[in-house]
Amino acid sequence: MAEQDPKVRVGNFSEVALGYTEKEAALEAERCLMCADPTCISGCPVEIDIPGFIQAICDKDIRGAYDIMMKDNLLPAICGRVCPQEVQCEAVCTVADTLEPVAVGRLERWLGDVAVKEGWTNLPYIEPNGFKVGMIGSGPASITCAADMAKAGCDVTVYEAFHVPGGVLRYGIPEFRLPNYVIDSEIQNLTRLGVKIECNTLVGRLFTIEQMLDELGFDAVFIGTGAGYPSFMRIPGESLNGVMSANELLTRVNLMRAGDFPEYDTPLNLGKKVAVIGSGNTAMDAMRVSLRLGAEKVYCVYRRTRAESPARAEEVHHAEEEGVEFHWLTAPVEILGDDDGNVVGMRNIRMELGEPDDSGRRRPVPIEGSEYEFEADMIVYAIGTNANPIIGQTSKIKLNKWGYIDADENLATSIAGVYAGGDIVTGGATVILAMGAGRKAARSMKAYLGITETETVYQAETKKPDGKLFGIDAGQKNFSRVRLAQAQV
Amino acid sequence: MFEITAREDFSDVTYLLEVEHPMLAKAARPGQFVVVISHEHGERIPLTIADFDRDKGTITLVIQAVGKTTLEMQQTCKVGSRLYSVVGPMGVPTEIGQYKKVVCVGGGLGVAPVFPQLRAFKESGAYVIGVVGFRNKDLLFWQDKFEKYCDEFIVCTDDGSYGIHGLVTAGLEKAIEEHSDIEQVLAIGPPIMMKACAETTRPRGLKTVVSLNPIMVDGTGMCGGCRVSVDGKMKFGCVDGPDFDAHKVDFDELLLRLSRFVPKEKQALEKWQKECRIQQQAGQLIDQQKTH
Repeated sequence: MAEQDPKVRVGNFSEVALGYTEKEAALEAERCLMCADPTCISGCPVEIDIPGFIQAICDKDIRGAYDIMMKDNLLPAICGRVCPQEVQCEAVCTVADTLEPVAVGRLERWLGDVAVKEGWTNLPYIEPNGFKVGMIGSGPASITCAADMAKAGCDVTVYEAFHVPGGVLRYGIPEFRLPNYVIDSEIQNLTRLGVKIECNTLVGRLFTIEQMLDELGFDAVFIGTGAGYPSFMRIPGESLNGVMSANELLTRVNLMRAGDFPEYDTPLNLGKKVAVIGSGNTAMDAMRVSLRLGAEKVYCVYRRTRAESPARAEEVHHAEEEGVEFHWLTAPVEILGDDDGNVVGMRNIRMELGEPDDSGRRRPVPIEGSEYEFEADMIVYAIGTNANPIIGQTSKIKLNKWGYIDADENLATSIAGVYAGGDIVTGGATVILAMGAGRKAARSMKAYLGITETETVYQAETKKPDGKLFGIDAGQKNFSRVRLAQAQV
Repeated sequence: MFEITAREDFSDVTYLLEVEHPMLAKAARPGQFVVVISHEHGERIPLTIADFDRDKGTITLVIQAVGKTTLEMQQTCKVGSRLYSVVGPMGVPTEIGQYKKVVCVGGGLGVAPVFPQLRAFKESGAYVIGVVGFRNKDLLFWQDKFEKYCDEFIVCTDDGSYGIHGLVTAGLEKAIEEHSDIEQVLAIGPPIMMKACAETTRPRGLKTVVSLNPIMVDGTGMCGGCRVSVDGKMKFGCVDGPDFDAHKVDFDELLLRLSRFVPKEKQALEKWQKECRIQQQAGQLIDQQKTH
């Protein structure tokens, strides 16, 4: 897949990975073995029919491939860009036994991009069932849950505290990795399903979850508020000016467009030498945003090695190409400031890997006497987040000891009819895991509301509709939920 | 939504906006705030809810024109116009409790925000002493509103043109000297004023609560920009506050962190003022041409 030259792209916010051409996609699709017992499907948190959509690409039935994709994943253009495929579908690909795995993610992205460009959308026939369900937050977990519930016939409202929807897709992931038009387009698909999106709504404070059920007429509620509350380390100097969380940096830039200050009002005092603590995807985003906004030097400080880095392999690779200086096996000890309270540097200590800890990763241990300093005028914390306290402050819902929502294996919470999923249950994770949770919660919600699982069937446009599906008339009794695309128009 | 239904100018720097938002008016509790974006390119600014009317479905914001955004809003926010975004109520509501006697201190931009708490204390049955401070008599507003809910109302002016000649701490001192049974002091205003109030009550061990106004982006606990040190621990002003124990707040750190964007704020203000001047000059030119 073609990419922008690193030297060029550090000066712009355009997308780094340019995506496949049609020919490249067709060639890559041909590499799939179409295994009789495909392992990739179970490697995907939302169980996309991967061989199915790849087969359709091979058959040059692109619309058909899109239809197959949409059954399981409403957001292919997003997932193709941000999923860690190397540890999911591609990790278990049979081809990977001997060669590079089939680039499922890139194919997915290409398909999603074609759909965005062509304006494709799949509107199944939806028979309203009278149930009203609410989603709290408009990130990947809520979007997925909302789509599934809308397809099942529910009246769905999504509440978002920010002024635009998308959650972490919007405020967290930068433009060069996930362009806004992609988010807009995929969220538009949601509104086409009849989902209502209410921004500027802080659930918990404007109205509580209990009020949603008791006063606002919701039959079920999904909480997908994400993790939020950024962590700091409690080392000296954290309150100095120039220290901020990656969430703050990214929100200022991605959501509030601080990079366009003063055309946009939100400021950001970007440093010349920026040190980012942590090595996850958020850390990579913070570093690469800093480079694009003109930082001369960007350091990554991580207490383990590259092998343990939680970021997608591609992100670390891209950051490296763009000139980030990695300080592996390094932990900050103190942030140094001047008399005016501004950051001037950081003192670090070298680490080595010791015995494995509870997470199975080898625990980093400080090497005595290995302390060293470097100059920096901005320090960014990207070491994860804690649970956002608002829902807990305003609801009787049961939380676990870390403050995350306590949900069972079906994602049911302590309040009947209320489900939760994504980072607010698991702590910081990935977009696709949140989407998987949204789907699972939708399944549980449907069971709770007594909605029988209905198969949504799309008729591919490339095949001439003959008024029948599998030889059965569309209007026939048992297929009341099946309508042909033409009948909708 | 977010339509401005009334506006009142208390002085050339302070103005009141009444904004339509029935759900917010219903949900708001004393001590909470909203985050406002005035237009599509605007920044998110936290503003304390100075009043709310559940019957009318409105909230009241009292704004001091001090920077680019608030000066611009002073020009553009007219009755019938809309704000781009209003979200809230945010923050933990003030604990009103069952106090017998309280002092509510409001200075500068804190005068209006202290009102909902003051009213709530009164309605909970407390004996309420209100202390407000202004630079001079001309800047005084809401005297009638305050007097309605205060058992005693003390006005302080910097120049002595009305009430006590001095800062709000002089009024606070007076109240404390005259009443030995005060159970709580609530102080809202510029950080330097809240710090002074904390130092006034600290030697007496008198419980004092302040409402902090750190720089924030989202207001929902997500960015951590509003972190403050309270009793040596890191707290987020937006979701852990805005009310904190005044004797435990590190005000010097708060003051320092409020200066984070001073050069940028100045840059934005100068650019905007220049644009205003150009617009004005262009307007004058057009007028001149019309008359010729």
